[in-house]
Amino acid sequence: MLDSFLVRAALAGLGVALAAAPLGCFVVWRRMAYFGDATAHASILGVALALSFNMSVFAGVLVVALVMATSVSTLSGRGYAMDTLLGVMAHSAIAFGLVAVSFLDGVRIDLMAYLFGDILAVGRVDLAVIWGGALLVLALVGWRWQQLLLSTVSPDLAQASGIDPKREQLILTIALAVVVAVAIKVVGVLLIAALLVIPAAAARPLAQTPERMAAIAAVIGGVSALGGLQLAYRFDTPAGPTMVCVAAVLFGLSSVVSLSRA
Amino acid sequence: MNALVDFNNVNLKYGAQKVLEDVNISIAPGEIVTIVGPNGSGKSSLLRALIGALKPASGQISRAMGLRIGYVPQKLHIDPTLPMTVKRFLSLPVKISDTDASEALRRAGVPDLGSRQMSNLSGGQFQRVLLARALLHKPQLLLLDEATQGLDQPGSAAFYHHIEKVRDELNCAVLMISHELHVVMSASDRVICLNGHVCCEGKPDVVASAPEYRALFGSGTGGALALYRHDHDHVHGHECDHDHSHEAAE
Repeated sequence: MLDSFLVRAALAGLGVALAAAPLGCFVVWRRMAYFGDATAHASILGVALALSFNMSVFAGVLVVALVMATSVSTLSGRGYAMDTLLGVMAHSAIAFGLVAVSFLDGVRIDLMAYLFGDILAVGRVDLAVIWGGALLVLALVGWRWQQLLLSTVSPDLAQASGIDPKREQLILTIALAVVVAVAIKVVGVLLIAALLVIPAAAARPLAQTPERMAAIAAVIGGVSALGGLQLAYRFDTPAGPTMVCVAAVLFGLSSVVSLSRA
Repeated sequence: MNALVDFNNVNLKYGAQKVLEDVNISIAPGEIVTIVGPNGSGKSSLLRALIGALKPASGQISRAMGLRIGYVPQKLHIDPTLPMTVKRFLSLPVKISDTDASEALRRAGVPDLGSRQMSNLSGGQFQRVLLARALLHKPQLLLLDEATQGLDQPGSAAFYHHIEKVRDELNCAVLMISHELHVVMSASDRVICLNGHVCCEGKPDVVASAPEYRALFGSGTGGALALYRHDHDHVHGHECDHDHSHEAAE
């Protein structure tokens, strides 16, 4: 069954969508949309490093995304606003990444594949990495769900209940880095943040509780991944962007629903 | 009985700036302690240090083993992007049954709010829900940080009466920060006057007449207690006078 590239692509898309859904909700609740974006952009540097040191792209991206995310978390609240820090770090990383890529002679890399993803080229090993990462993220978020939620509502309330909000933030940051690293093959650097934010945003008007919002986001993400792939196959469009387009249309529909209710 | 919380020569700093110096405070089980002090005097920092959100620069804060704290913060903004019913909120971080949630809301005087969204509550309802949550797991120490901000006078008076009732039921200690001296003092066993350090502490009437306290709040608030006594006779003549001088002292 895994011999068909379409089946592999569908499974890869589903895996990323499932992991991105609950995480995307936290990104929306904590107003970290730009954080996901910046981490993703920085991963271009990871691609360059991976290629120059001959290691797997997944590992390179994971390392850079982790370094980026933890340094932003540590530096924030020390005289710089979050958006300033992210602007500095993300764009520096992408610039260093592009410069580093130019030093790689001999290797002709298809930068487009990393910017926009190449889901149709997902192999068995990629699939294992994607699902491994997705399950890890789901397990991590599921395990810390109550603590993460209370820290999001109020760090002080969490502290009074014996929860360390900084530790929860770190867990979220690590999960985000993992999702970015596994999603780069599927939707590419430029559109990872879309996969995090759009399904969660589309789920918001339809949900009364945080759990339901995460579940609905997962459904919307899954439908976007499979629907986008189908459409991309039929109309010969790039797969990653088509998935994001489907998600955006679903967001539009859910906004109409919420407007008509008001 | 042993103290629930003991501050031993605690110094608090934000960066290089000293917030609190050489604070020695201990809270005994079951007592109601009120902290008063002007803005920037370190009241909220003291509470944040107590819950562990702020590490002391020096000195020690010791808590009784397994101390259960119920915390009602000054204000809490729940982002409207986060869907959260009142019932769901009560289950953070420990899941509780629907029956327990309904019972807690009934006791807090807001029985019908269970399925409402937190972001749609009025200020008074929100505070009562926060209090209901803080009381869920039978705290030994209840912390209230300006819990009546945004409530009108009858509203906050009712809130404090409720706190007294809660204390009598649960026999928990209460540590609260408040601006509304005349309402709060009546219920307090002890008042601590804070201004970067502990200026004075003691029984409400002792503190109200202490020169350090007068220096901070002006003699106008000397009427605070008197005002409370008037309340029993339903004479509210000085109320306006007091509030103005109090605000001026802030």
